[in-house]
Amino acid sequence: MSYEDATALLDEETHDAINVDRTKGDFTFPERHKFDAGYGLSSKTIDYICDVKGEPQWVREFRHKALEVFESKPMPTNWATKDLDNIKFDEIRYYLSDGEKPKRSWDEVPPEVLETFERLGIPEQERAFLAGVEAQYDSEAAYSNMKEELTKQGVVFVNSTEGLKEYEEIFRPWFGKVIPTGDNKFSALNSAVFSGGSFIYVPKGVKLKQPLQAYFRINSENFGQFERTLIIADEGAELMYMEGCTAPKFETATLHSAVVELVALKGAKIQYVTVQNWSSNVFNLVTKRGLAMEDAEVRWIDCNIGSRLTMKYPGVIMKGRRARGEVISIALANTGQHQDTGAKMIHAADETTSNIVSKSISVGEGRATYRGQVHIPKHLKGCKNNTECDALLINSHSRTDTYPAITVKGNRHATQHEASVSQVSEEMLFYMQQRGISEGAAMSLAVNGFINDLVREFPMEYSVELKRLIDLEMEGSVG
Amino acid sequence: MSLHIQDLRATLEDGTEILKGVTLDIPKGEVHAIMGPNGSGKSTLSKVIAGHEGYVVTGGSVTLDDEEIFGMSIDERSRAGIFLAFQYPSEVPGVSNANFIRAALQARLPQGEEIDAVAYYKKLYAKMDLLEMDRKFTGRAVNEGFSGGEKKRNEILQMMMLEPKYCILDETDSGLDIDALKIVAKGVNAMRSRDRGMLLITHYQRLLDYIKPDHVHVMAEGRIVRSGGPELALELEKHGYDFLKEAALA
Repeated sequence: MSYEDATALLDEETHDAINVDRTKGDFTFPERHKFDAGYGLSSKTIDYICDVKGEPQWVREFRHKALEVFESKPMPTNWATKDLDNIKFDEIRYYLSDGEKPKRSWDEVPPEVLETFERLGIPEQERAFLAGVEAQYDSEAAYSNMKEELTKQGVVFVNSTEGLKEYEEIFRPWFGKVIPTGDNKFSALNSAVFSGGSFIYVPKGVKLKQPLQAYFRINSENFGQFERTLIIADEGAELMYMEGCTAPKFETATLHSAVVELVALKGAKIQYVTVQNWSSNVFNLVTKRGLAMEDAEVRWIDCNIGSRLTMKYPGVIMKGRRARGEVISIALANTGQHQDTGAKMIHAADETTSNIVSKSISVGEGRATYRGQVHIPKHLKGCKNNTECDALLINSHSRTDTYPAITVKGNRHATQHEASVSQVSEEMLFYMQQRGISEGAAMSLAVNGFINDLVREFPMEYSVELKRLIDLEMEGSVG
Repeated sequence: MSLHIQDLRATLEDGTEILKGVTLDIPKGEVHAIMGPNGSGKSTLSKVIAGHEGYVVTGGSVTLDDEEIFGMSIDERSRAGIFLAFQYPSEVPGVSNANFIRAALQARLPQGEEIDAVAYYKKLYAKMDLLEMDRKFTGRAVNEGFSGGEKKRNEILQMMMLEPKYCILDETDSGLDIDALKIVAKGVNAMRSRDRGMLLITHYQRLLDYIKPDHVHVMAEGRIVRSGGPELALELEKHGYDFLKEAALA
């Protein structure tokens, strides 16, 4: 039986568990924040956040320095979209929380927060197939729990505040090392005001069989969510981490700017899976990068649906011999959306291998941009890179751009690059509709077909959800 | 009960008239064949009935069991019971045959009802066996990398799975070797039924050696110019389409 047939026969229980209608993401509850840093960003905002969170002095200093870097860096509009200038930093609230610690049981989570995550299907998913869940609501995690056996194995899965306080000896040496504060304007912003996100440590040789999941939910208007995630897989450890995100549709723009750092020590494997479904007014400006030591592997599997503007180029620095890096990404840009995504592969040791497969779909006035950077310096030998980027256009207003930058020095390496642009033709739609399939469903089928080989890379539970999200998006795009 | 085409007129988007008043009645239980030279409007007729947006209907009507179809979308017509086996079936990259046919069947179910996967595969495999198709074929993307013969067999498979009321087969014999033609004919003959009408569009008599029509029509320059029994096809085979020109002049 083929993969297709197998997914079709997914048992009902699993199907129900993940059968979350994401149109239900568009709801909000009244704000009940005990702590609100107010509008705008200054050193006072940072002191407020440090005080509320009770952070050590080194973190306070780290944040203040980051604010200076943020303020000194210009918007990258020299190469990126001018739409960035529409972010009004003074009209954003940088920290909102109810002051509660994350609960270990859903029963203790405040009712409206529980309802939020129930409507998004998180507790069901946790029961069905997850090893642990962290559920963030605005600035802080409302719920965080992990299977007991993992705790016994020494696995740490907490939010970033708890990580830097309780596990400083593991946290601090790696924090801000893969992505330095000054990497870009938004990594500096995150470093100044970060809150929430996960800290994960998987000890030597421990291999997690089920994924850990974080869910990032924005509930409040004029709010910026700045989670910070640091994942460390010790030698020979393996884990899969999954993140999902939604926000309601507000009148004004919302900012989401995360920093995610992955560290895979010798022989470790980290897979980081993202399925984001932001509403169409979210600026989603995220920096994600992994460090892979000898024989280690970092894979980013990234699916971007929704948002007004997403800028995200997951990267892997292959620092140890035979390290492997991979970015598999799907971006769907509907009308009013710009998906500016790509990948960075920095080869820094011999015999390192990287693979980039990027597929984008532009619908209506939607715009998809691919930016790739592959760097192989001259002194290395035996490095390999494969880059494929394919774009699918649905109707003539769509736009797609590809900016691959592959810098390979020396002649002891192998690289290949393929790119294609295709269209869902009228004849293809006519053919599908003649079989009784509606126009919207036909487009969904065509889009799902286009990304089919990548969807296989997602865990089955998420691949089904991904298909559903695409169906919803495509149904809505038929005029 | 029939698929009834009455004085149908259609043009290209630029106004060029292709169908100049076609009248044809295909009752359930009958197999009709339309023959005619290239450019006579045969394929256009099939596309206009199916609802292709490249044509403008300028007059006449098509009714399916007395229901007017021109108000319906392409997919509504399909679900109402019209099936078109394409001369050049489209490729649908990345979508497996099994998923494609299932999506088409699913579209026919009321909201909230799901295809029974086990029964579905049982039926699919049975039809594939009849058409001598390899099981691997379910996982292959629709028509992608298919040979001409495989594409045509795939059209017949879809037809057998969807069980339409009226089947229009557009040049199904083109590009087939004799063995493939026999298999396709076997499939079509298996579909013949008192509850189903069929319209075969073909340039050659060859197909009609394997699928015996009840009626044969000759189309030329956008009109049906002659109708008769199966013997008409043999006559065409013998004399070619030249006599049409004489008839047109007369």
